[in-house]
Amino acid sequence: MEPILNVKNLTMNFGGLKALDTVNIAVEKGQIAALIGPNGAGKTTFFNCITGIYEVSEGRMEITPPGKSTQELKGLKTNVVTERGLARTFQNIRLFEGMTVLENVMIGRHCRLKSGIFSAMLRPSSQKDEEKKAVNDSYKILEKIGLEQYVNEMAVNLPYGAQRRLEIARALATDPFLLLLDEPAAGMNPQETKELDDLIIWLRDNENLSILLIEHDMKLVMSLSDNIHVVDYGKKIAEGTPEEVKSNPDVIKAYLGDESEDA
Amino acid sequence: MVTKKEIKLSFFIGLWFMVLTFPIMVIKVNTITNTVIFRWPNLLWVGIVCFFASLIWNYLLRMKEEKKKADTKDDIPIVHRLLQNEKFKIPFLAALAIFFLLYPFVFSMYHTSILISALIYVMLGLGLNIVVGLAGLLDLGYVAFYAVGAYTYALLNLHFGISFWVVLPISAVFGAIAGTLLGYPVLRLRGDYLAIVTLGFGEIIRIVLENWDDFSNGPRGIGNIPAPSFFGHQFGQHDSVIYIYFIVIGLVLMTIFFVNRLENSRIGRAWIALRDDEIACQAMGIDKFKTKLTAFTLGATWAALGGVVFAAKTSFINPMSFTIWESITILCVVVIGGMGSAIGVIAGALVLILLPEYLRAVAEYRMLVFGALQVIVMVFKPEGLIRSVRKIYKFKKVKE
Amino acid sequence: MRLFKIILGVAVVGILGFLGIKEIIADPVYFLELFLGGLTRGSIYALIALGYTMVYGIIQLINFAHGEIYMIGAMTALIVASVLGLWGWNSAVIVILAFVFAIVYSCAYGFTVEKIAYMPLRTAPRLSALISAIGMSLFLQNYVMLAQTSEYMPFESLIPDFKFWEPFSHIITSVEMTIIVTTVIVMILLGILIKFTKIGKAMRAAAQDKIMASLVGINVNRVISTTFVVGSATAAIGGVLIACHVGQINFYIGFLAGLKAFIAAVLGGIGSIPGAVLGSLVLGISESMFTGYFWSEYEDVFAFSILVIILIFRPSGILGRDETSKV
Ligand SMILES: Nc1ncnc2c1ncn2[C@@H]1O[C@H](COP(=O)(O)OP(=O)(O)OP(=O)(O)O)[C@@H](O)[C@H]1O
Ligand SMILES: [Mg+2]
Repeated sequence: MEPILNVKNLTMNFGGLKALDTVNIAVEKGQIAALIGPNGAGKTTFFNCITGIYEVSEGRMEITPPGKSTQELKGLKTNVVTERGLARTFQNIRLFEGMTVLENVMIGRHCRLKSGIFSAMLRPSSQKDEEKKAVNDSYKILEKIGLEQYVNEMAVNLPYGAQRRLEIARALATDPFLLLLDEPAAGMNPQETKELDDLIIWLRDNENLSILLIEHDMKLVMSLSDNIHVVDYGKKIAEGTPEEVKSNPDVIKAYLGDESEDA
Repeated sequence: MVTKKEIKLSFFIGLWFMVLTFPIMVIKVNTITNTVIFRWPNLLWVGIVCFFASLIWNYLLRMKEEKKKADTKDDIPIVHRLLQNEKFKIPFLAALAIFFLLYPFVFSMYHTSILISALIYVMLGLGLNIVVGLAGLLDLGYVAFYAVGAYTYALLNLHFGISFWVVLPISAVFGAIAGTLLGYPVLRLRGDYLAIVTLGFGEIIRIVLENWDDFSNGPRGIGNIPAPSFFGHQFGQHDSVIYIYFIVIGLVLMTIFFVNRLENSRIGRAWIALRDDEIACQAMGIDKFKTKLTAFTLGATWAALGGVVFAAKTSFINPMSFTIWESITILCVVVIGGMGSAIGVIAGALVLILLPEYLRAVAEYRMLVFGALQVIVMVFKPEGLIRSVRKIYKFKKVKE
Repeated sequence: MRLFKIILGVAVVGILGFLGIKEIIADPVYFLELFLGGLTRGSIYALIALGYTMVYGIIQLINFAHGEIYMIGAMTALIVASVLGLWGWNSAVIVILAFVFAIVYSCAYGFTVEKIAYMPLRTAPRLSALISAIGMSLFLQNYVMLAQTSEYMPFESLIPDFKFWEPFSHIITSVEMTIIVTTVIVMILLGILIKFTKIGKAMRAAAQDKIMASLVGINVNRVISTTFVVGSATAAIGGVLIACHVGQINFYIGFLAGLKAFIAAVLGGIGSIPGAVLGSLVLGISESMFTGYFWSEYEDVFAFSILVIILIFRPSGILGRDETSKV
């Protein structure tokens, strides 16, 4: 079977800097894959490239949504990528501060809804039904993620861990088949990290999702991932199961190299 | 509360401003008669005022910092709390309705006429609020669409004798078209360029109206614009003012009604999301350009409607009514009232337009105060006079 | 789309070139006059545009109040010159003092404006800072209007007609020549300041990355203040020169001049100093040609059209670079 995400020879230049250099990454359906690497390796850049936020310099990025044919992502606008079924969270939390928690999730529903400006003003029954359904769907997502006690709070007033989860809820609302999580555990305490671990597994098993996550918390990565991709200085240096990656000399060098420099 | 250090600092700031404003505040030259007057008292005033202003400024800055740290549960503005209280809501709205219904019969034509102007600003403010307050697009040429509406009525009436009620929808369409035509190329630009380009566009429209004599009658403007008729009946001057008053009230109510609905709709939420974070918004599947364009176009439509009413009310328009100052005034109404907050904008329009009308003594200082208020509001209270409050949804607990 | 742009560009340049050559042959002196007039105008724009571009480069803010700083420079020069004139001072001393006061006061205003209206908004959304800037501009205009007058005030040219320049003065007046020369000198000084001094290097570093700059020990707040002060100084020079050239000023001159200069900065590529100069000269000369050969009443319309066209077809300007903002 085709991998649901298949990125080939992706290269991204910023002026002289090669943030990504002929990177190949494939994610299989139903997998939890991880993308790891030292700071500045180009992980976030990889997400920004496939979601159309950066215009890639070279390479191919194909997706094969379940039950659909293979499509190329290159050149698509960010919102179209999301419509096609890729949803992401941000490393530096980017919630909509002027809105409540529920509304943040409803924004995620936006691309699956239809009503336009006239129906908003005139409110025919179709719009009312759609709106009601959107509200209920969003609430259900909040329940799944465990944020329902905050529904009507302003998003900024949430505790940090809850904000990270809200980002996931918002991404889920777009009905993705592949979820891209950028350091979802950053800044969480061990308890919250544990809950996140359970949540991600639950999402894969019950929501029919595949997940690609960037993470620095190695314990989390090793326990969660089916497959790990390692990048360093924009180059992919290893791929494999947690065991394989752990014992890969290049990976050890990339990480230990960092540490020896620190020392 | 105020430390010694702050007093000392304020003292020096006062001195600094005395020096800073010396040439402009103290010396007054008359280059025609070749005389110079020294207005020494001004120096003292500047010093005193700046000393206290500095004290207050520092105090407010400190409060703002403390508030940020103290993670306060945000207090809902009193107006909203009252409106959420069912017991209070109905009598309050009823009193408001009676006041506005009786107003033109109790007060003179002069007062009614002033209130009409203020209400037109309410309409314009609510329209611009969609663009600036909700969608976060800084439009400094809003008055251009206002001019489109006014001239649509004046010209269609002059050449074809088309009446107010027919022009109203036509002008809305023209406003929408103008908004789309300008928005289409311009909304792709980075946000802050938009401000300059719209400002330029507003000026272009004015300059064209001033110079294209055959079309717009140039600076002389167009007069004798008829007041609206009532099923073919034309009122006398006095009744006509009252009639327009009620038309404006109707339009304002319609605006509030629609804007309120828009704010809590799919599109309205998308506007706010776009204002808060463009990148995240796109990553949630929202088409940035299309969403901006709807806001911009809708704002333009409302401006055009306001323009028609304005033309009908004053019965004479010329390009001088559509200067950049008009755009800035409407922007002030939105910013000071509270960006994104309909109630704030309404209050802002009434206060900012009515106060200078009645306090003639300070009318001169209107723009000065507006400018200062813009800075002060942005620094200390960016949410404006009356903050917007988001809708509360109620759910029955499904899971237990 | 790209091909379309290129074809369009070539066509426009071709037509303009053809018309231009025809006109030049018909009346070369008129053309020269327009050209030099445009150069003068462009020089003034450049002096103002520098402030816009430097401030934008460092804090990504359109400093709407910058035009007002320029107006205050001119106003201060007028006041100082009038007072000293009445006191019967030597005219050479008056010229120097008028310039000095104009520069010092503009710098002080620029500094103060930044501290009041922009510094508290460093971390606020960009829209807030922009609105604050508009408020500041409105305030300063009305402040000068109320404290002085809303009328135009005649401005006696501080720059005399030089004797040695007489042979050429029918093409370009002494004042115009002074403007161009002064601008060149200011540009060279500014170039030296930015390239070789410590503060200039700090400014460039902060423009690249404020956080990194502060990490390596640069006082970013001081750098920003300096940027405002330097920009205000050049604007003040522009203000005094234009007042000498036009012969009258009022509280409103900063608005349009500021806008035009901003357009020039965008045309050249905002954030780029050579870009601001180039953009100013291009705008000044093309405006002068447009008003000379086509319709003078649509001068401002022309400038704004240029802005819109540039922003649509090349938003990074002539010398600006495309940059992907970091997410
Ligand atoms: N828009 C941009 N312009 C210029 N350089 C960029 C841009 N975005 C990223 N970079 C550079 O690309 C490199 C990779 O950055 P990226 O954010 O992808 O790292 P990362 O692997 O996500 O690191 P971290 O673990 O710290 O989040 C860095 O050197 C960064 O400075
Ligand atoms: Mg990252």
